Amino acid sequence: MTVLSKAVKETLLTPIFKNNPIALQVLGVCSALAVTSSLNVTLVMCIALTAVVAFSNLFISLIRNLIPGSIRIIVQMTIIASLVIVVDQILKAAVYDISKQLSVFVSLIVTNCIVMGRAEAYAMKNPPGMSFLDGVGNGLGYSVILIAVAVVRELFGAGSLMGVQIMPEFYVNNGLLLLPPSAFFLIGLYIWALREWKPEQKEEPDFKICPNTKFSAHAHGAEGGAH
Amino acid sequence: MAKFKKDSVFGTILVAFGVCLVCAIVVSTAAVALKPAQEANIERDRQMNILAAAGLLQESLSIEEQFEAVQTRVVDLRTGMFSDDVDPESYNHLQAAKSTGELSSSFQEIGTEDMAKIGRRENYSVVYLIDDDSGNLDKVILPIRGYGLWSTMQGFIALEEDMTTVAGIGFFAHGETPGLGGEIDNPNWKQKWEGKQVYDSGELAIDVIKGAVGSNTPEAEHKVDGLAGATLTTNGVDNLVKFWLGEFGFKEFLNNLKAGRA
Repeated sequence: MTVLSKAVKETLLTPIFKNNPIALQVLGVCSALAVTSSLNVTLVMCIALTAVVAFSNLFISLIRNLIPGSIRIIVQMTIIASLVIVVDQILKAAVYDISKQLSVFVSLIVTNCIVMGRAEAYAMKNPPGMSFLDGVGNGLGYSVILIAVAVVRELFGAGSLMGVQIMPEFYVNNGLLLLPPSAFFLIGLYIWALREWKPEQKEEPDFKICPNTKFSAHAHGAEGGAH
Repeated sequence: MAKFKKDSVFGTILVAFGVCLVCAIVVSTAAVALKPAQEANIERDRQMNILAAAGLLQESLSIEEQFEAVQTRVVDLRTGMFSDDVDPESYNHLQAAKSTGELSSSFQEIGTEDMAKIGRRENYSVVYLIDDDSGNLDKVILPIRGYGLWSTMQGFIALEEDMTTVAGIGFFAHGETPGLGGEIDNPNWKQKWEGKQVYDSGELAIDVIKGAVGSNTPEAEHKVDGLAGATLTTNGVDNLVKFWLGEFGFKEFLNNLKAGRA
């Protein structure tokens, strides 16, 4: 791995576990609920999103010094939206069945906070090459969580993986896992597991629940017959 | 050249214009270049829907291979006879029903009989015939469409060679509520149509009822379960099936086909 410099490796790999867009930043969860009921569809969605984040970062970074501050969000959106349309058109031409199942969720990549977030936070300030890698890295971070969710949902919800029957005959499919709420539970469990593994990701609680003072106060109050 | 001032009014407009121009070129190039492949996919999808409606879809064979067994024919809905007036390859029944001017003979306005709420019914329709191995007519697949709750539902219904037993039904395009009216795509519900009798001694008798068909429902062979929680979509399906298999639809054609006159 000597070919890759330390900075390159860091840009590419940090978003996978250390600074995961879904697990740590909790962005882009909407599509994670919608497209993870089958692994095939999930893989296509991951490729589509990774391509969009990587190329939108690249193009935005290329013209970052030309973008006027007053219209910068609109310019970013225009570039992102164009890329999404191109990706959508390619999917319709190449994998029509899957694009039908993804339906509106490919178009909704436009509003995926990860894409917008990386454009604004990284591509506007960094050179094109690194921005591209940052996009790929964040796409991979998104993909890791989505694939992990999809494997569990399809395997235990439909008893198959990529449409191939895996579970034995006697296994009763858990229909709940095919419904969107199950993705919430799974993502929650993954976040928990990840934060146990990397405790530095744990957030400071906003507030602390006080110890139950009422109980002891009551016990004393009962004695005296008044508050 | 003076230094480009990106935050000036001129600079802002120039950048906005440039970005839009480049993006427009990229998007339109992609759309135009990929159109043939997309149309081929849509055509394959349409053929798959036709086969799926007839219950003939096999996963192992390619759609093109399976579709070879299907004959495409044009029917004149005014006379209920086969017709060669239009080319089934290029004919689009939706456009025919919408057309204006010189082509106004291509549709008929439907007044109070318009249960399916389609407004105009085209005069020519494309139907699909499937023969069995010995060359006798086995199944006939008819296009159907009509308004549900939110959208025009488009699909196909397949009848057995007796022209009254339903072999299958399916919708390939609709915008009904997912989970409620969208359940018209549910294979379990579509299966309930199979074997139902459309006509009772020549009279239209098929009916989508509210609730489930039980063992003691009278005339159960003509009744299909409605979808729970989707009364308006169910009514739409009921109406469009009655319309397309009734006087304004394919009834005359099916009679002719059965009698060998078509």
